[in-house]
Amino acid sequence: MGSTNSTLSKIPNVEELMRETGFSPAHIVRLYDRFESLDKEKTGHLRPEDFGAINRLAMNPIGDRIIGAFFSSGQDTVDFHSFVRILAHFRPAENNRPRDPSLPEPVNSRISKLKFAFQLYDLDKDGKISRAELLQVLRSMMEMQVTEEQLESIADRTIQEADLDRDDAISFEEFRKVPLGDTLTLTQQRVASK
Amino acid sequence: MDGRCTHAVLLLLCLGSCLSLTPPAQPFVRQEKASGLGSNSSKGGLSLDVPMALRVFSVDYYHVQAPFEIVLWIMLASLAKLGFHWSGRLPAVVPESCLLIMVGLLVGGVIYGVRHSAPPTLSADAFFLFLLPPIVLDAGYFLPGKLFFENLGTILWYAVLGTLWNVLGIGVCLYGVCLLASGSLGDVSLLHCLLFSSLIAAVDPVAVLSVFQEIHVNEQLHILVFGESLLNDAVTVVLYKLFESFLRLPVVTGVDVLLGGCRVLGVGLGGLGVGLFFGLVAALTSRFTSRAQVIAPLFVFLYSYLSYLTSEMLHLSGIMAIVTCAVTMKQYVEANLSERSNTSIQYFLKMWSSVSETLIFIFLGVSTIQDVHMWSWAFVCSTLLLCLLWRATGVILLTAVVNKVRRNVVTFRDQFIIAYGGLRGAICFSLVFLIDDFPKKRLFITTTIVVILFTVFVQGMTIKPLVELLEVKRRKRNLPTVSEEIHSRLLDHLLAGIEDVVGYWGQHYWKDKFEQFNQRYLCRFLIREERQARSSIVRVYQELERRDERADEEHITHVDVRCQTRPHLLEEMDSIRRILTRNLHSFNNKLEVVTKVALSNIHHMFADVNILQKQIPAYSRHTLHGTPAAEGRKPLRRHQSLGGKHSPWSQEVPDLSHYSETYPTPRNRRRPIKTTRRSRGLQGQTPQPRTFMLGRNNSLDPLEPSCPDPQKLSYALDNKT
Repeated sequence: MGSTNSTLSKIPNVEELMRETGFSPAHIVRLYDRFESLDKEKTGHLRPEDFGAINRLAMNPIGDRIIGAFFSSGQDTVDFHSFVRILAHFRPAENNRPRDPSLPEPVNSRISKLKFAFQLYDLDKDGKISRAELLQVLRSMMEMQVTEEQLESIADRTIQEADLDRDDAISFEEFRKVPLGDTLTLTQQRVASK
Repeated sequence: MDGRCTHAVLLLLCLGSCLSLTPPAQPFVRQEKASGLGSNSSKGGLSLDVPMALRVFSVDYYHVQAPFEIVLWIMLASLAKLGFHWSGRLPAVVPESCLLIMVGLLVGGVIYGVRHSAPPTLSADAFFLFLLPPIVLDAGYFLPGKLFFENLGTILWYAVLGTLWNVLGIGVCLYGVCLLASGSLGDVSLLHCLLFSSLIAAVDPVAVLSVFQEIHVNEQLHILVFGESLLNDAVTVVLYKLFESFLRLPVVTGVDVLLGGCRVLGVGLGGLGVGLFFGLVAALTSRFTSRAQVIAPLFVFLYSYLSYLTSEMLHLSGIMAIVTCAVTMKQYVEANLSERSNTSIQYFLKMWSSVSETLIFIFLGVSTIQDVHMWSWAFVCSTLLLCLLWRATGVILLTAVVNKVRRNVVTFRDQFIIAYGGLRGAICFSLVFLIDDFPKKRLFITTTIVVILFTVFVQGMTIKPLVELLEVKRRKRNLPTVSEEIHSRLLDHLLAGIEDVVGYWGQHYWKDKFEQFNQRYLCRFLIREERQARSSIVRVYQELERRDERADEEHITHVDVRCQTRPHLLEEMDSIRRILTRNLHSFNNKLEVVTKVALSNIHHMFADVNILQKQIPAYSRHTLHGTPAAEGRKPLRRHQSLGGKHSPWSQEVPDLSHYSETYPTPRNRRRPIKTTRRSRGLQGQTPQPRTFMLGRNNSLDPLEPSCPDPQKLSYALDNKT
């Protein structure tokens, strides 16, 4: 831990990053170490291939979508700041403090997390999950286990349950209403410890 | 309601007096027969002493005494339960366990009054070997697996450390009280106090289950209290046996204490291992039951009971074994067995555990009426206080530590309910009887009874108002939806992926790994070929479709107005096969029952058609004729019937055209479709011979069935209050 400060000094704009994402210095250092271990060629950026090298992620049914979520705005590299920003979505939210409505939405609030999950479905980014997109996700999650007809009827039913304005697609508002419990957080302890 | 109540009470009193009038057990007269061959020994009923007079009518009670009395007790328990549910507003205020104990007290009092000797007490063997396993098996089988494993750390924390804290605290403080009141309590040593505290500190799963079932707190709280009560059995068993053996040793050394600590681990893990083993064997056996489906449910019960008995034999924790067995085999067994078998399993589990629980509480009441009670104000009151105090402090301290690592914080309200919901029950009661005899044993028994009665009555009755007062988060009653399932699955994958990116092996990593192992090896080995690979999403979807079908029927039968105002719609629908059946049980044969047959695109129509069964063939023990597949995994409550409002039988759509020729067409066809009052119409009347009729037609050409459909009959017979 003595190297914390030295590592921190290597990262540009680290204070702003910490303020924006809410991670503690220890977390930032951990994430930086991880970033460097993924960045095999030491370019300071990550490319999709670097993510693909993580074995277990390659086996994840939605692994490619997760990787895609890191490279959001059309770029093909991710620097450390964007890396940390995206991971900041998964910090546990502090529910106790009453939120000041004038401040912008914190990056790890429940809404932001749901938005992140929504983007995994909505690949063409039109703000709605269409039936085709839902079918794609279902197909990748359930692979060989069901027939095409079953997939279609499950997709139909999902849309029927959630679609309130009957436009045959699920908007973000409708997505929010699905009761999902508190499955969206990784604890700070977990991110920091190993 | 009052009339029914009085009837119930009178009936119970009659039963109680029957039980009291049974002569105390006498050695079987038959034994003499074996020893005295040829001699003129009395053979029970037909007394050969009086060779001249051949008795036409004789009573041979001793022949059937044991099973007769057992059945009478079970009958008493079940009738008490029935009476309880019919008694109007009482169930809302008083939990069932309290009422059953009161009935037991009543019966015990009657028996004592008649016989002037102590009524039969609950023998520890009968309790541990026969009454406890069904309840724990039922609890384990219906345990919400996902929630349980997510909270496993916290549950273990409470169970192990909490119990240790309670035991040591209460034991030492009680010893202090005994020292202070050394006049009356001087001969109670520290080890005795520790032994007593080890059995009184444990939270009892039976009592917790029966009380928490009625207060509907949120699932997390429920699983915390309930999981703790299940898992603390390991600690309790070890500590109890440990202190008991210490009492027998002349000297207790530090090594013994250390060994005792290792034993906790050994007992817990051993129970787990035994349960796992039997669970996997049961799953494997169920794979091959396709040709003898009727006995398939039996394997579930046999293997679970075997696991319990084996671990009891090895002095391991029986409760942990049976719970692990149930949890392990459940998913494979449910995949392998037919719907009918699954329903049978669930129904029998509920029934047995219900009877068991009722019996336990009644016996608790009966056993309170004892000949000799030793009372000591200091001991009893201090025990009560210490139990409450140590539990409260234990919960608060442990929660403070565990909240630092938990995602969902255990709030203060939850903590209060956890502390307050620590009920003691029949396990303590049986254990206290097993103590080696020593002068103050009677005092321990009395104190245990008082503590149990106090927790069950006072805490049991007040917990419901407290839950409402404190506005503890209640259970959400939403039906599971497919969207929820899909999104949860996506989030699981997402979180596992993020954990991979960060490089942390978190909870999701292990969950994912286990799921892969499960799919790749276990399922392939333990599940039948054709039943493989039913994703949970598909299962939820199928269950919801089934529910929709039943819901649509409900609509039809309850709202006849809709039917009458839209006959044209019915005529339009070619795909609907509609059969009008006649209810022969009506007084003037005019009531008609609408039945439907379920079809595929349910949500487009509100009228389904049900197919009645074909004529049921002669009784055959090897096959279960008639009733088609039962419902899926709707959670069952102990007091409700299977399927609640809906009938357990769902519909199939077989090809029945060849049956229509056998049965005559009805005379009046276009009768308006009236509904029957389901429960009133069919209840209490003997079912007609099962000549169900079927018909299949595309227009509104109904055939005449002659019997109410089984769905209504079974619904009527269900336990609906």
